[in-house]
Amino acid sequence: MRFCRTLFLAAAVIAGALAGPVPPAFAQPKPSPDEFVPLAEAPPEEQIPAINLVAAAYGFVWIVVVGYVWSLGKRLQQAEAEIAALERKAR
Amino acid sequence: MSRLNQIELALAGAMLAVSPWIINAAPYESTMGLVQKIFYYHMPSAWLFLIAALVAGVSSAIFLFGRKPTADAWALAAAEMAVVFGIITLVTGPLWARKAWGIWWVWDARLTSSLILWMIFVAYLLLRRYGGPGSDKLGAGMALFGLANVPFIFVSVNVWRTLHPQTSVVPTLPVQMGGPLWFCVFAFLLLFLALLSMRARLQQQRVRIEQLYLAEDEA
Repeated sequence: MRFCRTLFLAAAVIAGALAGPVPPAFAQPKPSPDEFVPLAEAPPEEQIPAINLVAAAYGFVWIVVVGYVWSLGKRLQQAEAEIAALERKAR
Repeated sequence: MSRLNQIELALAGAMLAVSPWIINAAPYESTMGLVQKIFYYHMPSAWLFLIAALVAGVSSAIFLFGRKPTADAWALAAAEMAVVFGIITLVTGPLWARKAWGIWWVWDARLTSSLILWMIFVAYLLLRRYGGPGSDKLGAGMALFGLANVPFIFVSVNVWRTLHPQTSVVPTLPVQMGGPLWFCVFAFLLLFLALLSMRARLQQQRVRIEQLYLAEDEA
């Protein structure tokens, strides 16, 4: 009889523990999505405004193009000056 | 800088300067919205990236098998163009993808092979800069590997599963979106032609400088 009461109490405690809310530390992690999830459903901290991305893309292209044209122009000028100096020396 | 290069550069600069207004007037793509506007700079630079690799590879083949030294100058110029237009493609693509796909990068066939092609030409330029005597022929061999990668990149989106849009997108664009796209393609093409010609001229001048130094040493 005493054994049955102990068993009943233990079953009740276990059932209560299982039925109650699970502490976050022991909660089962959510499976990571392996399918397409619309970005509108993504949490706000994961969303980047489109205007920032468009501005970054256009800004990057302009910086690269202007930088490269300037660098190429400078290298051409240096080479032309060097050729002129060497040709003067050769004469 | 030749007169033609000046005209090409001025025209390309003017077209690129007005392009944001023309792109802004194009309609929004229904699912991606504003971020799809990156497409108008991303796609022309991606095409020129592949064209530059093609020019570098063909010029290198002419240099290696036809023994024409001027082809080497064009190969080097085109390799530098591949690196410039490649970095534009590889940076603007992920900026678009972050919003459209939800991730910056995916290791699929198109993106990975594009990155490999860009790295081949970065290696080519490093080899030409620091490789010493004989690096021109070694570099030409590398450019041929780059050339072999070009058709693979082009068809990759149609053959393998990828998030990247297929090559059938451009022909099916409505006129309101196709107009701004071809305007940007023409602007980038003019820029590419001017820069390619200027860079080849710089290489020819460097060869001339070497010849003048050698003549000076012999005298």
